This record gives sequence, structure tokens and C-alpha cells, in this order.
Amino acid sequence: MSYIKKSPWLVHYDGSSCNGCDIEVLACLTPLYDVERFGIVNTGNPKHADIFLVTGGVNTQNLPVVKQIYEQIPEPKVVIAVGTCACSGGVFRDCYNMLGGMDKAIPVDVYVPGCAARPESIIDGVVKGLSVLEEKQKALAVPVREKQALRERELEPEVAINKSQEAGK
Amino acid sequence: MGKSTVVPFGPQHPVLPEPIHFDLELEDEKVVKAIPSIGYVHRGLEKLVEKRGFQEYVYVAERVCGICSFGHGWGYSKAIEGLMEIEIPKRAEYLRTIWHEISRLHSHLLWAGLGADALGFESLFMQCWRIRETILDIIEQTTGGRVIFSVCKVGGVRRDIPDQELKEIVKRLDALKKEIDGVADIFLNDETIHARLKGVGTVTYDEAVALGCVGPTARASGVPQDYRIGDEGGAYKELGFTPVLATEGDCFARVKVRLLELYQSLDIIKGCVENMPAGDIAVPVKGFPPAAEYFTRVEQPRGEAVYYVKGNKTKNLERFRLRTPTNANIPVLVKMLQGCDLADVPNIILTIDPCISCCER
Repeated sequence: MSYIKKSPWLVHYDGSSCNGCDIEVLACLTPLYDVERFGIVNTGNPKHADIFLVTGGVNTQNLPVVKQIYEQIPEPKVVIAVGTCACSGGVFRDCYNMLGGMDKAIPVDVYVPGCAARPESIIDGVVKGLSVLEEKQKALAVPVREKQALRERELEPEVAINKSQEAGK
Repeated sequence: MGKSTVVPFGPQHPVLPEPIHFDLELEDEKVVKAIPSIGYVHRGLEKLVEKRGFQEYVYVAERVCGICSFGHGWGYSKAIEGLMEIEIPKRAEYLRTIWHEISRLHSHLLWAGLGADALGFESLFMQCWRIRETILDIIEQTTGGRVIFSVCKVGGVRRDIPDQELKEIVKRLDALKKEIDGVADIFLNDETIHARLKGVGTVTYDEAVALGCVGPTARASGVPQDYRIGDEGGAYKELGFTPVLATEGDCFARVKVRLLELYQSLDIIKGCVENMPAGDIAVPVKGFPPAAEYFTRVEQPRGEAVYYVKGNKTKNLERFRLRTPTNANIPVLVKMLQGCDLADVPNIILTIDPCISCCER
């Protein structure tokens, strides 16, 4: 990656993890790793975010919260599951109220393994997430063009009426 | 007085790295009542003891919480060692003490950063976390992990730290002390921090005792409660230990106690290195835990954690129970929030150093 086309903002949420990964996510933002120099900002508001960094294997009480945050992030969005328990349930797989993996709750684009995931691998995950974000953006752009074409077609009768009115004059 | 309104706080909130929810009942800007609701990180780890072998469970115990992970591994191992009457080598005790104090340094610096962030003091947050990376380097060098240590096991520790390496670590910690001085100076002498924290969220000695709070939260109200004083495990008894106390009981006192504990931890590590006994680091563990009960305690960075184990002569334990410091501090937190300003809520919540994943397990 030679340069970043977009400075993504991310929202971070602890979906029932042991918070080992959460402090590593925060460590990415602080001086040693300092992803803020690329314009990557940890925002508290899901509606400002492009990337959803989520840790943990989701328990039943946390499920609606995770879903709510996911739904609030505007399209295109990328979900990055940080840590082994977000990927597969990890050590909490056999617990009675854990869903076992973030992909059971919301669609996940990038998986970052590790218990706890190291800041280097989290940053790597975010970089991979950026290319996914770009693809999603392109995919979204097609319907927009189609919509424009539709709008132009809808406009046509009006144009015709205008033209006939002009002709009447 | 205006009509009361309910403002939800959390579970997803910028100052909280972990989910906890409060319903704050407000009259104008004053909080009249705070109703906590927890359970967002409950994983049911105590029940998992029925599915994992008693030696294997140490790694689950370490993942009760990612911040105080070593302490939980130690507490669980200590309980099993007590249950099975295993005496562990002295060198292992000293190594455990060193790692536990290193994890306290990392936890307190992490908290100091988050606390500064809750105040809106962003640069101080960054400085605290920058300093913390030195500690994480030491952890990585000695254990291989950054936040999960995985060095404690039933019967001792998995890795030794050579004496030469220990001396180097002490040198690095001496350099770190100067950095901590800089941060502590801002925390203790900065006017804005005084203005935000002094006289906010005050808990008196009697309230602290009545509500049963633990750790630095209790010590900031003058309660000399620190399990390291009478600890049979670890090196505390031999090295001598006096807890850090403050009497004001407000947010500033809690900040002060934790910052002074940083220096104390540095001294304990130094003492351990100087008096490090030679010998084995682990003893072999044979057989299964007997059908008996045992309970023990460990002074975690956030306060006293109680571990209860019950064996049944099989590979799996019958019951494991863990009472964590944040759990004990929530009643006093609710008391602190009553009557405070809405804008002070993040500060007050952060000064008990909440660790939700410990609390809910």
C-alpha cells in the first residue's frame, strides 16, 4: 500500500471480550503505533464511522447492542472482528451464553486472530479492511449510476412536454 | 427544580472501553439517582470449570480480564495449590510477585491514561500510554505476551527470568521512574485537574466501610485495606509492606493513591530482585483435587479478589467462584453518582477504575 486513499474513522465496541483486545485496540491509537497520523480516528459515534472494530464472542445481552451499532454505521461499512474469540469463540466457545464468534451476530469482513490480537495485526486488519471498503464503495457506485439513468428517463416526458409547450408558443 | 429526566449512559460510550449501562435520573444538571445494569460481558466462566481440567483452567482464569490477567491466573493457581496442599518453590513466589507488580504498573498507567481522557486531557492520555509501552516491552521480553501472560501454572511458573535479565529490568524501571515523575507531576499539581477532581464524588471512611468497597477506592477514603499486608503467598510478607493511604475520599484522592502505588510497585520489584532466591520454579502436580473447599485472596490492581474452589476428586472442579474488586465497588459508585453533575459522571466512573469483564466474568 503506497498511500491511503481514505482516512477511515472507526468505532470500537467490546462485544463481550476479556478486554485484552480492547486495550490493544486503544494501544494502536497511542504514540508507539499512532494510527492517527494516517487520519484514522477512533470516534464514539457510529454514524461517523466507516469501520466497526469489534471484539469478543457476543453474549445474548450484548447481541442487540452490537446489531444496533452495526445498523447505525452508514454504508459502505467494514466490520473487523478483532481477537480469536471474535473470530471463532476462542476460549469462551463452550460458555453457556456465548454465541461463539462475531459472524453469528453481524456480517464480518476481516478476521484478526490472536489472543490477545497484537496492535500490529490489528493495524494490518484495518489496512485489509480499507481495500474491502474500497470495493464496497465501487459496488455501491453502480446502483447510483443506474438511479441517475432512471431519473433521466423519468425526466424525459417532462422534457417532451416542455418542448411541446415551446413548440405551441 | 425542574422535572426529572432519565439519561442513558452506555453501554457504548466514548469514555468506556467496556460496556456498562447506567440510567441516570437527572434534575436539571444534577444526578439524583443512578441505576446500573450489567451483564454485557458475562460469559459464564465460573461454569466453564466443569468442562475444563483443573490445570487447563488456568488459561481460562487468565482471560477473566485482559488487564489484570496475571492476578487471576495467580489467584486460581493459589486456590488449587491450597486445596491440594502443594508447596511451591520460593523462587516461583518471587517471580509471581514481580509479574504481579509489573501488571499493576501496566494497569495503573492504563487507568491513568483513560482517566485523563475522561477529563478531556488528551495529551496526558497519550503520555501515560507511551510510558506504559516500556512495561509492555518488559512483559513481552519475560513472558512472550503483551497483555495475557500465560506464565502462571498450578505448582509454580512456566518460565524463569535469569538474574542478569532481572538486573536489566530494574535498570529500565529506574529510567521509567523519571518518566512517571513527569506524569505524576501533572496529575498532582495541575490546576485544571484539581478543579475537576477535588471535592467530587466524595466517599467518607464510614461509607467506604459500610458499602464494602475495596482496593485504591477504599484506601483513598482512609481504609487500610490491602491484602498484600498479610499475604502468605508472594514475597510481600518478607519484603515488608505498608499500603498507600489518603483521607479525603474524593476523586483526586483516588488518583493520588494510584499514582503513589506506581512508585510502591517499582520498589517491590526492586526488593524482589535484590532478594531473589535461587532454586526451582515449579513442582510437579500429581493427582486430582480432593473433595474439599478452599478460598484465598489476591490484591489485584483494582482491589481484593476472592477465589473459592471446591474439588470432587475428579479432573474437573465442582465449583469455582470469583468475587472481583469492581463488583465490590459498584455499590459505592452508585453512592458517588448521587448528587453529582452530569458532566462529572465520566470522571467519577473512571476513578473507581471499573473493569467490567472482571466484574461480570
